[in-house]
Amino acid sequence: MPALLEAERVEARYGWTKVLHGVGFTVEVGGITTILGANGAGKTTTLRAVCGMVRTAGVIRFDGRRIDGQATEDIVRLGIAHVPEGRGTFVQLTVEENLRLGAYCRRDRAPRGADLDRVYGYFPVLRERRRQVAGTLSGGEQQMLALARALMLRPRLLLLDEPSLGLAPMIVREILRIVRAINQEERASVLLVEQNAALALDLADYAYLLETGRVIRSGPSAVMREDDAIRRSYLGY
Amino acid sequence: MDTFLQQVVSGLATGGIYGSLALALVMIYQATDVVNFAQGEMAMFSTYLAWSMLQAGLPYWLAFAGTLAIAFVGGLLIERLVIRPVENAPILAIVIVCIGLLVIFNSLAGWIYSYIQKPFPSPFPERPITLGAVVFGAHDVGAIGVTLVVLALLYVFFRHTPLGLAMRAAAQNPVSSRLCGVRVGWMLALGWGLAALVGAVAGLMVAPKVFLDPNMMSGILIYAFASATLGGFTSPCGAVLGGLLVGVIENLVGTYVWFIGTELKLTVALALILVVLLVKPSGLFGRAVVHRV
Repeated sequence: MPALLEAERVEARYGWTKVLHGVGFTVEVGGITTILGANGAGKTTTLRAVCGMVRTAGVIRFDGRRIDGQATEDIVRLGIAHVPEGRGTFVQLTVEENLRLGAYCRRDRAPRGADLDRVYGYFPVLRERRRQVAGTLSGGEQQMLALARALMLRPRLLLLDEPSLGLAPMIVREILRIVRAINQEERASVLLVEQNAALALDLADYAYLLETGRVIRSGPSAVMREDDAIRRSYLGY
Repeated sequence: MDTFLQQVVSGLATGGIYGSLALALVMIYQATDVVNFAQGEMAMFSTYLAWSMLQAGLPYWLAFAGTLAIAFVGGLLIERLVIRPVENAPILAIVIVCIGLLVIFNSLAGWIYSYIQKPFPSPFPERPITLGAVVFGAHDVGAIGVTLVVLALLYVFFRHTPLGLAMRAAAQNPVSSRLCGVRVGWMLALGWGLAALVGAVAGLMVAPKVFLDPNMMSGILIYAFASATLGGFTSPCGAVLGGLLVGVIENLVGTYVWFIGTELKLTVALALILVVLLVKPSGLFGRAVVHRV
């Protein structure tokens, strides 16, 4: 399968601190790729690097075009939707306004009502709360809102940063089920960053293991699940 | 009773002007956390531009529209050229840049137009409007009308257009806005442009009442501060309501409290700022801002 997103020797730093030391990975068209790793391994920074939210060195290609060094706004306009750490909710705006912002930079003139209906189809609870101020939603609902906002872009690539963080297991399962549905029905490729390796490996077809800013292992999820080091350190059995 | 009604209407008229300028302050404050001390002088300078256009023989409403357009573009350029380079500087540095702008506009107006007061025309008839036994100044009623129209247009723009939504989003959460593809830098510049435009309306409406001179907005800026403080610096609607309240309070206190009169009116505004900050620092309609550390 052709690659949608390719990263080669990507480095990133915050001030003097280098966080990524030459990371490389690929997301295939229609695939779900996950990046695993402990706290501070550089998972979030990797996603931020793709979106131009940190200064980077190295090469990042989307659909064959170089996007490293471009402004975040321009990268998003190519069809890359990033659901950030902390969900990035506009807490003072209503649920529906949050969703409309997701479609803000789409060029097509298609009426947004159809998109709202499509997105509410995945998350019926958001339809009930569409006039509510987003800050009043529960954590799980805000995570759904963040995903829904990303869907409004009709993205070709969905970047998910720890969607399970701070949520009850049942809600996490629900959200990951929807991610899979989105991947299949909307044909959006997914790059998922997760601390919960078991969940991520269930969902993804390819995985990379990150440790202190370097990829130390990679392979198909089925293979990675059997890897001793991963089992001991990240799966806990 | 008649005096009371007249004072209230006249208070609403000046209050609308305070409210407009307060709204301009709040718009910029919400987007950038900066209090633009030059807001009043920018409005004053815009009013001088209108005066020049009127002198050149342009009809009033054409000069009005032209001034708003120039104010908008001017505000946009000030953000791009002057504020943007210090965007990431400490807040105090930006405040000092704003004060620098204040001095520059004040001196520029004095240099070009001199410090001599000039009469400024009102677009409304001189004949007062009589309603029963109560007499209202036509300019007062007109100023209220113009202010309300501008506010209504702004409301529709911010509530019901994608661009307005993007501007509100950019003010609240720049990082998330970028992730939605919003060009945050331009939204801030647009905010400055719109604030300058609203300020220009305030200048044009107040000039017929106070005469045009380079210092005409300095007192009004303090009233605008009082309005924004009273309504809450985090609430645009609050700023406007605060303005109307301040205008009415100022007029009523000036009329009914014998030792205040017209000379001590400005003190009322300062006292109001003090009381609000002591009793309810977030203002009547503002949210208490909590910073996580």
